[in-house]
Amino acid sequence: MSPRQILGKVGLWLAVFVIVSPAILFFLWMASLSLKFEVDNAAYPPVFIPENFAWKNYADVLASNRFLTYFVNSLIVTGTATMLAMLIGVPAGYGIARMAAHKSAVVILIARITPGLSYLIPLFLLFQWLGLLGTLAPQIIIHLVVTVPIVIWIMIGYFETTPLELEEAALIDGATRWQVFRHVALPIARPGLAVAFILAVIFSWNNFVFGIVLAGRETRTLPVAVYNMISFDQLSWGPLAAAALIVTFPVLLLTVLAQRQIVAGLTAGAVKGG
Amino acid sequence: MSVTTQAASRAAQTEAAPERELRPPSYWPFVVPALVVVLAIIIFPWLFTIWMSLSEWKVGSPTTFVGLANYLRLPNDPRFVEAVGHTIVYTALSVLLPLIFGTLAAVVFHQKFPARGFLRGVFIMPMMATPVAIALVWTMMFHPQLGVLNYLLSLVGLPPQLWVFNPGTVIPSLVLVETWQWTPLVMLIVLGGLAAIPIEPYESAEIDGANFWQMFRYITLPLITPFLFIAGMIRMIDAVKSFDIIFAITQGGPGSASETINLYLYSVAFVYYDLGYGSAIAVVFFILIVILAAVLLYLRQRTAWTEIGGGA
Repeated sequence: MSPRQILGKVGLWLAVFVIVSPAILFFLWMASLSLKFEVDNAAYPPVFIPENFAWKNYADVLASNRFLTYFVNSLIVTGTATMLAMLIGVPAGYGIARMAAHKSAVVILIARITPGLSYLIPLFLLFQWLGLLGTLAPQIIIHLVVTVPIVIWIMIGYFETTPLELEEAALIDGATRWQVFRHVALPIARPGLAVAFILAVIFSWNNFVFGIVLAGRETRTLPVAVYNMISFDQLSWGPLAAAALIVTFPVLLLTVLAQRQIVAGLTAGAVKGG
Repeated sequence: MSVTTQAASRAAQTEAAPERELRPPSYWPFVVPALVVVLAIIIFPWLFTIWMSLSEWKVGSPTTFVGLANYLRLPNDPRFVEAVGHTIVYTALSVLLPLIFGTLAAVVFHQKFPARGFLRGVFIMPMMATPVAIALVWTMMFHPQLGVLNYLLSLVGLPPQLWVFNPGTVIPSLVLVETWQWTPLVMLIVLGGLAAIPIEPYESAEIDGANFWQMFRYITLPLITPFLFIAGMIRMIDAVKSFDIIFAITQGGPGSASETINLYLYSVAFVYYDLGYGSAIAVVFFILIVILAAVLLYLRQRTAWTEIGGGA
């Protein structure tokens, strides 16, 4: 290697380091906050790696009854909203792609542009009228606003690129459209299903604005629960940071493990929920 | 400039995708369930919101039709006017800064280096992480006495700041969080643009003795302009309606110094339960977003034309 090439390599690694460090340092600091006793969190200059790790912060958060309830709530809301969106959205994406009904995508665009709060005003009244407030049903239904457009949007993209020849051959052999969808189109589009599923789960899990209005004491999801901890426990940073890390850890893990799928999905539709 | 022309016309072609005429009705059953759901949770709320915006509609009192009265209240509502100003400043900064940093990051991620995929995964973590969770950590970092940011400032010899606790610095501080969070999305979109650039113009530029900066300015930048517009538009839509970060860190405070339209909408609808007025704000807010998006689209078409004109 010539000196110039070596210089280029060093420069490149320096640039990579500078670019990635805001993300890495932030999450390391988050972990540091969550593993320190109050003495260390209040120290100046700040302590990065404490002498004694406060694993107790995590134990406290996990041991509280409520946190488990909220965790289960989040699982139910995100799980149901994602499964329903897949059941409804995957066939819809297939139908729209095959009918080449590109104009219908405008509705999805509107859903993408609309602030989440605007759905809340009419749906809040509707849920009140139906007597659903106080259960998880309103949150599951309103999370569909996030998950259904993501799934439809991504699946349209995938079904448009899958080859038609196989499907046409199956139709000529006498298969129904449903059989073609189930046994020919769906298996080919499996990578797309993974992308749609992962993004729907993440954006539903992260959603905050719907819960802050619709959730009662017993029906909070984790982001709302963490927000409420801020207002009540302003000063105990350790447990707070631990709770925040527990809430977002599944998402971070998924991001690093499935970064290929996530990048594919985000650049295809550039979707984001809420 | 011929490459630019080609890229521009290619972009124009993909935009006007030819529509197939054949529409076999047998695919309808696939779409019907989604259609019902979309009508119920997206279209119905919109129509209902428009109707509500024409009424005096407060929780616990009878509803009366008031025509456009809610809309006429808006220009005379100082808090709304102030919120529009905050939204414009917040959005402008939250589009511009991620565009700059995201483009630089994309240029770096376009190079080949070991563990690139993994590092890209790490780089996009801020935008995927739960917003409330990261807002909570930023709140701790902004703390004037115990926060790590003031310690970092002291290391480089700068005076401590009040960050989100000072009306003068609250919006820039929130923009810092928003930039940290959403630079990765711009990076991903621009990275997609860079991947589509052919290698030939760089080869001929290298023969002609162009340096890195010249190649970036005269080859890369014109070719990724369409992608910068897409990124800018998405960023604009998201920044205008940003809620989680602002709400969790400042709730629009101190006072109302960081209250954007979306936060004011929340207060009107779900703190004061003035649902009619809240609906009017929601409608105006939506129209504002659509207009901004349309202006950006128009600008994008204009630049495509000037690039073609410049090549001729």
